Amino acid sequence: MREFGYMRATDVTEAVSLLATDPEARFLGGGTNLVDLMKTGVENPALLIDVRELPLDRIEVADDGALKIGATVTNSDLAADPEVRRRYPALAQAVLAGASGQLRNMATVGGNLLQRTRCGYFGDTTQPCNKRVPGSGCPALTGEHHNHAILDWSEHCVATHPSDMGVALAAFDAVVSVHTADGPAELPLSEFYLPVGDTPHRETALPPGALITGVTLPAAPVAARSRYRKVRERASYAFANGSIAAALDVEDGTVRDVRLAFGAVASRPWRARKAEQALTGGPATPEAFAAAADAELAAARPLTHNGYKVPLIRNLVVAMLTELTQEDAR
Amino acid sequence: MNPTKSSAISLRVNGETHSLTVDNRTTLLDALREHIDLTGTKKGCDQGQCGACTVLLDGRRANSCLQLAVAAEGRAVTTIEGMADGERLHPVQQAFLDFDGYQCGYCTPGQVCSAVAVIEEHAAGWPSAATADIRPETGPPPLDDNEIRERMSGNLCRCGAYVSIVRAVAEAAAQAAAVRESAGDTTPDGGSGSGTVPAGGSGARVTA
Ligand SMILES: Cc1cc2nc3c(=O)[nH]c(=O)nc-3n(C[C@H](O)[C@H](O)[C@H](O)COP(=O)(O)OP(=O)(O)OC[C@H]3O[C@@H](n4cnc5c(N)ncnc54)[C@H](O)[C@@H]3O)c2cc1C
Ligand code: SF4
Ligand code: FES
Ligand code: FES
Repeated sequence: MREFGYMRATDVTEAVSLLATDPEARFLGGGTNLVDLMKTGVENPALLIDVRELPLDRIEVADDGALKIGATVTNSDLAADPEVRRRYPALAQAVLAGASGQLRNMATVGGNLLQRTRCGYFGDTTQPCNKRVPGSGCPALTGEHHNHAILDWSEHCVATHPSDMGVALAAFDAVVSVHTADGPAELPLSEFYLPVGDTPHRETALPPGALITGVTLPAAPVAARSRYRKVRERASYAFANGSIAAALDVEDGTVRDVRLAFGAVASRPWRARKAEQALTGGPATPEAFAAAADAELAAARPLTHNGYKVPLIRNLVVAMLTELTQEDAR
Repeated sequence: MNPTKSSAISLRVNGETHSLTVDNRTTLLDALREHIDLTGTKKGCDQGQCGACTVLLDGRRANSCLQLAVAAEGRAVTTIEGMADGERLHPVQQAFLDFDGYQCGYCTPGQVCSAVAVIEEHAAGWPSAATADIRPETGPPPLDDNEIRERMSGNLCRCGAYVSIVRAVAEAAAQAAAVRESAGDTTPDGGSGSGTVPAGGSGARVTA
């Protein structure tokens, strides 16, 4: 591991200006991803600015009913929060579906959004990887890719974003708050992650040197009836092979409002807007759910070894929406 | 600015303060084992994937292999060496003995630290991925085998002692509940919310 300096920031402006002192400086949240990647030489910062003592560890309800989640709120505190569990249950479930109790105690909201892909080639510095070393190639394309993307990948990179939390945030129209040398700014999550294109090493639209200060969830009554489901290779403590966050509001058999987002299918949490459009105003039937899933997945381009994800996601859509409909009827 | 690559820190471990100078790359796990001679905490994977290195940080369980020592300064660290009360084992340690919650014992310090925290997290009303209804009004779910397995899933055991580990945790949890009850402390949560586990640095709170 490369040697590095360490500093703790206690306020937001200080954090941003400390980071600016060294082009190779990075923020340190819980360290559960960054420290791991520093050990393997994937990340090599010269200076760490610890953000854990910033006053960004609160969850608050704004006047307009939006939920404001600080960037250093731990994943555990987020999932245990009564307001989150009541108003955005899929978010609490998504967080609880990720990592382990120990890791969730350490991991922060900001760090979770910026965690890197779990593509094996990315984590192995003896291998080429366009994301880690631009222009070096993408061995996953023809190699080990059973858990890689089926949607919106490019021949430059087929990796997925591994966050569970991000999937629920995508479903609920989260807005990311940031702070730069120019002051505070906001970035909708839908614009936060960049398309892969030919620059897979550039993952987000965060301005250089920006600190994530929090995430805001607009008030959304539909979110109160929401769920997260994750499919993985063992019962717990494993990344998703496919996951879904769904919220549904049905009246007299008709879909009034619906939110759908998928995990482990693309380089970013995948908001399924085509499926939502197909469903809204139509019948809440398994046939309609399947047709909506098909509408979304028509753009899927599975690789040789991850074709299973297409029916997996389709089945998740039908099962989750059916369950939510039944719950609605009760 | 040119901050140094090593730091003089003081670590509070099991109630004792240790002053040491560490290379900033040192993890809390290595600081405990190599600098403070507390070798009870084990290194399995060194990547957050096994839980052998679990300690309590400000009362909450954490993987010490991904925690930089320098970032742990100012926080209270509890290791397996700090669990017993003098000669009296912690009830979770005793339960692991009584129910044979191990074979080789390598994962055990991490299992015990994790289980101590699991019991507190559950008592504070934290839901888990195994909890069917996570609404706060519903209150904490019974700590059945499913819940224990999910909550303990961050601790792998290569000997596969899981069946006995689940029994040991269930027994220790039942004892802790009985102690709380006799102390007149009724179930923490009931209607009002998540409760709090020993709030570390981050005490998330809702101002509703
Ligand atoms: C064994 C294991 C299993 C896991 N399983 C899952 C899983 O199933 N599902 C899942 O979703 N995740 C999983 N994770 C990943 C885990 O959720 C992330 O590592 C964690 O959320 C990262 O948060 P952190 O605070 O520790 O980030 P750090 O490691 O501290 O930082 C990650 C990145 O974010 C940057 N950063 C941190 N905070 C800020 C900020 N405020 N502003 C700007 N930049 C910032 C850092 O510079 C760094 O680049 C797993 C991790 C491990 C080790
Ligand atoms: S899929 Fe992306 S991360 Fe994986 S090897 Fe290819 S370029 Fe690298
Ligand atoms: S040694 Fe820390 S999790 Fe394995
Ligand atoms: S007892 Fe041997 S690894 Fe768990």
